[in-house]
Amino acid sequence: MTSERETQASPGQSTSPESDVTDQLVDHFFRHESAKLVALLTRVFGLHNLDLVEDVVQSALLRALESWKFKGVPADPTAWVYRVARNRALDVIRRRSTAEKYGPDVAWLEAARDSDCPLDELFLDREIQDSQLRMIFACCRDELAPESQIALALKILCGFSVAEISRALLGSEASVKKRIYRAKQQLAAHRDDFQVPDGDDLAGRLESVHGVLYLLFNEGYNSQHPDELIRRDLCEEAIRLCHQLSEHPCASPATRALLALMMLHAARFDARLDSEGGILRLEDQDRERWHRPLIVRGLEFLDASAAGDTLTRYHLEAGIAAQHCLAPSFEATDWPTIRGLYDHLVRLHPTPVGELNRAIVIAQIDGPAAGIAAIESAPGLRQLGAYHLLDATLGELHLRAGNRERARTYFESASAKTRSLSERRHLVRRLHACDASAES
Amino acid sequence: MDGFIFLFRGGLLHEVDDVSPEEMQQHMDKWQAWIADMTRKEIFLGGEPLHVEGGRVVTRGGVVSDGPFPEAKEMVAGYVAIRVDTMEEACEVAKGCPIYDYDGRVEVHKILAEHSDAVDEAVAQELAAS
Repeated sequence: MTSERETQASPGQSTSPESDVTDQLVDHFFRHESAKLVALLTRVFGLHNLDLVEDVVQSALLRALESWKFKGVPADPTAWVYRVARNRALDVIRRRSTAEKYGPDVAWLEAARDSDCPLDELFLDREIQDSQLRMIFACCRDELAPESQIALALKILCGFSVAEISRALLGSEASVKKRIYRAKQQLAAHRDDFQVPDGDDLAGRLESVHGVLYLLFNEGYNSQHPDELIRRDLCEEAIRLCHQLSEHPCASPATRALLALMMLHAARFDARLDSEGGILRLEDQDRERWHRPLIVRGLEFLDASAAGDTLTRYHLEAGIAAQHCLAPSFEATDWPTIRGLYDHLVRLHPTPVGELNRAIVIAQIDGPAAGIAAIESAPGLRQLGAYHLLDATLGELHLRAGNRERARTYFESASAKTRSLSERRHLVRRLHACDASAES
Repeated sequence: MDGFIFLFRGGLLHEVDDVSPEEMQQHMDKWQAWIADMTRKEIFLGGEPLHVEGGRVVTRGGVVSDGPFPEAKEMVAGYVAIRVDTMEEACEVAKGCPIYDYDGRVEVHKILAEHSDAVDEAVAQELAAS
């Protein structure tokens, strides 16, 4: 659940300071090739041999590094890496005993012992895409705990190292390692199910995938992570994977709604911080800084999601985000429509954060007292005791209602609960606003 | 102008546990930038990476063996040849090498020549050929 108060960060246009030197390789080339190759070679070696697959891929990439650092990048770097990876894979099979049990596609690789052709088929774009889809479904299983799902997705689907994952999730390397180890064991139990599901199986499995991609995006967008670049990376990865999924026939209208939701939020990523890195509220943001092309694409996917007869939380949340993106100014926002969408959302998918956002919208329409009343009467909101945004919101509404002392108490309490520096800076400004309105 | 050889020892990401694809790309960018800088200054003569595994040692009597090689961090992983006026200059250039990010070092050797004209000639030929 993204927040109505815009505590966020946005992908879209990443710029590298040395781009004049490195224009031969696209950003994150190694990272994304690594993920592709892991998916592809898992078809050869099987889900139970993921560690082996990762070793083969790692050594192919290191080989590329050693060669290219002197010679520059070859004309077709992808083909280069794939050729090396294929040869490494063949070496491994030759070295190991024939008793090893590999995946069903090992025959393709073995056929390549004598000729280059059969394996190259495996490397065709379509097959690569298909492998990645299989891997997305394999990694996003319901029985994995959410934090394991995210860690595994970052490792296997996004090519992050353990150190990078622990930095992104603000956890220790040891705990990330443990989570991934356990998750891999669970994957190995499903070694015979490395497929894109179909039939009755598909809907449920697809829902799990949506859930993981949504978590991954929120980890980047809504976390209190101090490093904006890491947050942007997480959002970009979630969008990339969701986009991949949306292009496959197995995708549903909900997939497109989720993609729309991510894009419409990501479009506002850069606008939510001022030049000192402080959080800007939605009403204070310069709408010129919203990323128009991303909004346009998001709206296209939202249109495309209006099919079938299932309304999901992603449809509703994307609808809310679209209303914000379409409003020419904060004042001109269509609050009644947004309130209708929130009413729907808290019925369909009740969450405390949803209730909180709905109360903020009610305050926009009926005034701060109505918003405070909505918060106090919301069933789930007490669970949010430790959540700084609840206090920050109450502070804001009390300030607007003229209860300066209560506003101050809530802002101070919110400030004590947040770990984010930019959030704290914002709260200090709100405390000053309490003083200013006291003088006037 | 004199010729100098850089011998790279260690500094291999193979030796590092859990190096990420992203870090590899960043490291590669640094190497390419370093080499591009030498090329721009017209001091770069050439260089190659070496396989650090599978090397052989040949000794008197035509005996070929698999080693012994020192540990990986001691092995020569590649070389670069440059031409500059002094050893000090060569060392300054070597200081810019990204190898130190991963526990490697650069040995700087001056190419022995009877008089520097011979080197200049060799260099001129090499440049003409490249």
